[in-house]
Amino acid sequence: MSAIPIALRVNGRGHALDVRPHHTLLEVLRDQIGLTGTKECCSEGECGACTVLLDGRAVTSCLVLAVEAEGADVVTIEGLAAGGRLDRLQQSFIDAGAVQCGFCIPGMIVAAKYLLTTNPHPTVDEIQNGLSGNLCRCGGYSRIIDAVASAARSDR
Amino acid sequence: MRPFRYARPNELTDALSLLAEHGSDARVLAGGTDVLVRLRLGHLRPGIVVDVKHIGELRADIVETEGRLRIGARAVMTDIIADLRIRRYFPALVEAAAVVGSVQIRNRATLAGNICNASPAADTAPVLLAHGATVNLIASSGPRHVPLHEFFVGPGRTVLGPSELVESIDLPLASGKTGAAFGRVTRRRGVDLATINLCCLVTESGRVRFGFGAVGPRPFVVEDDLSAVASAEADTGAPAGGSGRASQDAALDRLLAHATPISDVRANRDYRVAMLSVMIRRTLDAATGRLRLMQSGA
Repeated sequence: MSAIPIALRVNGRGHALDVRPHHTLLEVLRDQIGLTGTKECCSEGECGACTVLLDGRAVTSCLVLAVEAEGADVVTIEGLAAGGRLDRLQQSFIDAGAVQCGFCIPGMIVAAKYLLTTNPHPTVDEIQNGLSGNLCRCGGYSRIIDAVASAARSDR
Repeated sequence: MRPFRYARPNELTDALSLLAEHGSDARVLAGGTDVLVRLRLGHLRPGIVVDVKHIGELRADIVETEGRLRIGARAVMTDIIADLRIRRYFPALVEAAAVVGSVQIRNRATLAGNICNASPAADTAPVLLAHGATVNLIASSGPRHVPLHEFFVGPGRTVLGPSELVESIDLPLASGKTGAAFGRVTRRRGVDLATINLCCLVTESGRVRFGFGAVGPRPFVVEDDLSAVASAEADTGAPAGGSGRASQDAALDRLLAHATPISDVRANRDYRVAMLSVMIRRTLDAATGRLRLMQSGA
């Protein structure tokens, strides 16, 4: 099947690419654009490791075809530290010691970014619900939730 | 994923002719949260995927029209949960839509897709069934309007023709006051398919309707007398017992007789029946409470 030309913005930068129709946004972000911060894990929308913002909304990029992202504005974990300064969420994850193996963290932080955009001061329960689509197999949930709560507080 | 061709029609007529041309070799793509999983697993092997998200005639919004709310085929769960009219008139739909998958899934998954996927455990189906939803279909031959309880045929199967699309879903705004509540049992709190799910709707005219999911080959709806189903305790404040309890048990048995659950990875048959009986009482209590709240003018 022949490749389809698409144009999209990733982390504020325009990209014109030819993508195969059956390739996911996740594959294109990693393999064609070279942004490997977004992780592939379950490939069926259960684990959240591949979470990115698509036109401002958190989605699992393994369940989006790259061709569906035509004209879209995508933000990946790399887009949060624009200009080399860490996002307050990234800093709070470091400060809280929320990172163990680190594999789930990019998806976790992008999902948390979306949560705080839609609900700047969530309760612990709301943080748990907001991150329920993101699995951490190290089991570091307590510190992850602390980190998100702390980032929300630092916004006050 | 196996290769396929991709089409993104902007016009409904183009989409319908693509579907007519390719028949069973075509697969409709909306939110993709079910379709992409099945494409990757090889359960679906279409030659062409038809993305319907750019078709202007398929709306992404919710409009009030002639005594009903019309939910466009492209409306996603997140927007349905946030809609103030849905929150006011169909709180049970908010409860159901809010537990579909995860935040990320709800940002992509459409209500129409949830229905077309026709999982016996689809969380929104019991609510839509209890509220008497209608599915508006469109084909080259014209539109047709199918009551949701006639839409589901079996697991993964609907009456939708190969070159037919869901245009919208209608929820009738009840003429009298009603109360409705959604309930479900899962193995874990987040990102799980329902072991069972249900919606109870009570009306001030004394009827009760239950939409049931994951206890049969398709979601279905049953109706009964509210007075027969409601416990003596809930109605009068007096302790349940005597003939009130007996007639309630008979009504409960009548409802449970419709359920034909299977045993699978999520639960066995007996557990599903037992939980259904518990959840019938709980959702009935919640729905009755909401009806009272409506009646008290809140």
